[in-house]
Amino acid sequence: MEVTRRHLLLLLPAAAAAWKFVLAGTPEASPNYKLAEHWWEMLIDIPKCIGCGSCVRACAQENDVPEGYYRTWIERYHVADYQIERPEVESPDGGKQGFPPDESSGKNFFVPKLCNHCADSPCTQVCPVGATFISPDGVVLVDKSYCLGCRYCVQACPYGCRFINPKTHTAEKCTLCYHRITKGLTTACCEVCPTGARQLADLKNPKDPIHEFLRTHSVQVLKPHMATGAKVFYDGMDGSVR
Amino acid sequence: MYIPVEGFMYPNEVELQWSVLIVLYPFITGLVAGAFILASLERVFRVEAVKPTYRLALLTALAFLLVAPLPLQLHLGHPERSFEMYLTPHRSSAMAMFGFVYLWYLMAVLLLEIWLDYRRDIVVKSQTSTGIMRFIYRVLTLGSNVISERSLRIDERLGYFITLIGIPSAFLLHGYVGFIFGSVKANPWWSSPLMPIVFIFSAMVSGIAAVMLLYMITTRLRGKEIDIRCLDKIAQYLMYTFVIDFSLEMLDLLQRIYEADESFRSLDFMVHTRLWTSQVIVQILLGTVTPIALLGLTQILKLTEKTRKRVYALAGCLTVMGIFAMRWNVVIGGQLFSKSFLGYTTYKMGFATREGLLTAIALMILPFGILWLLVKLLPPWPDASSISASGEFEQAEPVRSLV
Repeated sequence: MEVTRRHLLLLLPAAAAAWKFVLAGTPEASPNYKLAEHWWEMLIDIPKCIGCGSCVRACAQENDVPEGYYRTWIERYHVADYQIERPEVESPDGGKQGFPPDESSGKNFFVPKLCNHCADSPCTQVCPVGATFISPDGVVLVDKSYCLGCRYCVQACPYGCRFINPKTHTAEKCTLCYHRITKGLTTACCEVCPTGARQLADLKNPKDPIHEFLRTHSVQVLKPHMATGAKVFYDGMDGSVR
Repeated sequence: MYIPVEGFMYPNEVELQWSVLIVLYPFITGLVAGAFILASLERVFRVEAVKPTYRLALLTALAFLLVAPLPLQLHLGHPERSFEMYLTPHRSSAMAMFGFVYLWYLMAVLLLEIWLDYRRDIVVKSQTSTGIMRFIYRVLTLGSNVISERSLRIDERLGYFITLIGIPSAFLLHGYVGFIFGSVKANPWWSSPLMPIVFIFSAMVSGIAAVMLLYMITTRLRGKEIDIRCLDKIAQYLMYTFVIDFSLEMLDLLQRIYEADESFRSLDFMVHTRLWTSQVIVQILLGTVTPIALLGLTQILKLTEKTRKRVYALAGCLTVMGIFAMRWNVVIGGQLFSKSFLGYTTYKMGFATREGLLTAIALMILPFGILWLLVKLLPPWPDASSISASGEFEQAEPVRSLV
C-alpha cells in the first residue's frame, strides 16, 4: 500500500503516543484492572505437552529473556520401569528448540516449568530490601529498580526458577506475563501452546473452568514438602518429577 | 564461558551464584568473632595467661570486621543500592537483619570496647605527640580527656560490661552468618539447625588460631620473647574448642548419613567426587584431624618450648586453612549440586575479575594492612602501655587530667 501524505498525517500522532511509551519503557496502564479481584495461578496438563518448545520461545521473545537463561523451560523425563527415584532428565537449551526423538523403552513425558508464584514464597521471604514481592493478585514480581542483585532469592528458590539478568544485574523470573494478564490477555506461553497444556487460571473468578477442573482431577504441585504454597498445578504428574 | 555439567541441572542452576567472595565473608566474620571471644577470656573470665594477646585480639577483630562488608559489596549486582538494606530493610530477610547485627557489633561493642580500653593511652598521646599524630589522637579522644583514677575505673567497669554484652554479640554475629545459610530450606547442604552452632564454634577456632599466629609473628618481628605460658594456654583453648567444633560437624554428618533423605545420594556423591580434595583431604584430614592431633600431642608429651612453638605454629596454620576450606565447602559445595538432585555443575573461579582470585587475595591482605595501621596507632603490646588490660592503674607517668 502506498503511504500518502494523508496516511502519514493520520499515523504520526499515534506513532508519537507509542513512542512516548517506548521511551518511558513502561507498559500502558490498565485502568480497568482491579488487583483485589484476581488470584492467578497456572494449570499444566502434563499428558498434553508435546515438548515443542513454543512456550519457551514465546516467553523469550515476549519478555526479552537473555540467551542461556529461562523464565520457563521444558524438561523431558525418561523413567525406566520402577526407577522412580532415578529418572533421566534432559532440557537442552531449556527445550527451546524441542527435543530429539527418543525411542527408548520406559516412560517418556514432558514437564513444563516456570515460577510457581508461591503464596509463601521463600524468595520473597529472603529478599533483604523487599524488591521481590507478592502482588495482591498473587503474582510474585521483582522490582528491578530496587533489587540489589545479592542473589539470595536465587539460592532460596527450590525450583531453580530465578536467575540474574546479565544486562540489568538484577534478579529475574517469570512474571506470569503481568503486562498481558492485567489487560485481559493470557500469558505468552499459554497463548502459543498448540495443545492447551498450559492454562492460565484465576481462582477468584467463579466462572473460571479451573474450579471444575480442580474438583474432578487429581492435581499436584512440585516439591509439596517445601510448603511454599506453589500455585502452578500439575495434572497427571508422575512421582519421579522434581 | 563453558561450564561443565554432569547429569541434569535445572537450566538456570548451571551458573554459580555465590563466588569465592562469599566464601571470604563467613571466613572473615568468623575470625572477628573468634578473636573477640579470645579477648573476652582475659577480660571476663580473668584468664591472666592470655593477657599479652588481649589488645592484639581486639585490634585483629576490628581490622577484619572493617573488611567484612567489602566482599559482599563487590559481589552485589548493584552495590550503590546496598544502603537500602538499612533504610528499608525487609524484616523477614535474614540478610537484611544481618546488616543491623553487624552495625551493632561494630559500633556498640568493638569500637566502644577498644576506645574505652585505649582511652588513657589516647589522651596521653594526644598531649605528648606532635604534628598530625597529635591531631589524630586528639580526634580519637572524642573530647573526653579526663584520665583521673576515678574515670579510668569507670572506663574499666564499662569496658567489662561491654565485654559481657560482647560475648553473646560475637556469638550472634557469627551464629547469624550460619543462620543465613542454615535457613535456606531449598538447599539441603545448608539447611540445618546445627549450622549456626557449627559456625560459632568454627569461628572461635579460626579466631583463636589466627590471633595465636599473629601473636607469634608480631612478637618475633619485635624481637621480643614469646610468652610460652600464654601460648600454651591459647593452644589449649584452641584444642578444646576445636574438639567441640569437630564433634558437632561429625554429629551433623552422622545424622545426615543415618537419615539418608532424598538429597543424601546426591550429596554423598558430591563429597566423594567434587569435594573430595577440599572437604575430606584439606578440611577434615589436614585442617581438623591433624591440628587436633598435634595440639593433643603437646598436652600428652613433654616437649621442649622450641618444639611446642613449632607445633603450635604448624597447628595454627593448618587450622586456619581447614576453617577456610570449611567455608569453601559450605558456600561453593552448596551450589555444585542441582536442587533436582540429579546433577552437578562446576565452579570456575575467574582470575583478574571482579569476583576472581586476585580480588579475593587483595581482600585477604587488606585486613593485615589495616591491622598494621591500627597497631601503629594503638600499640597493643603489653609493654607499650602503662595501664594493664585488667584495669590496674600503674602510676608509670603522671596522669594529666584536664579537669
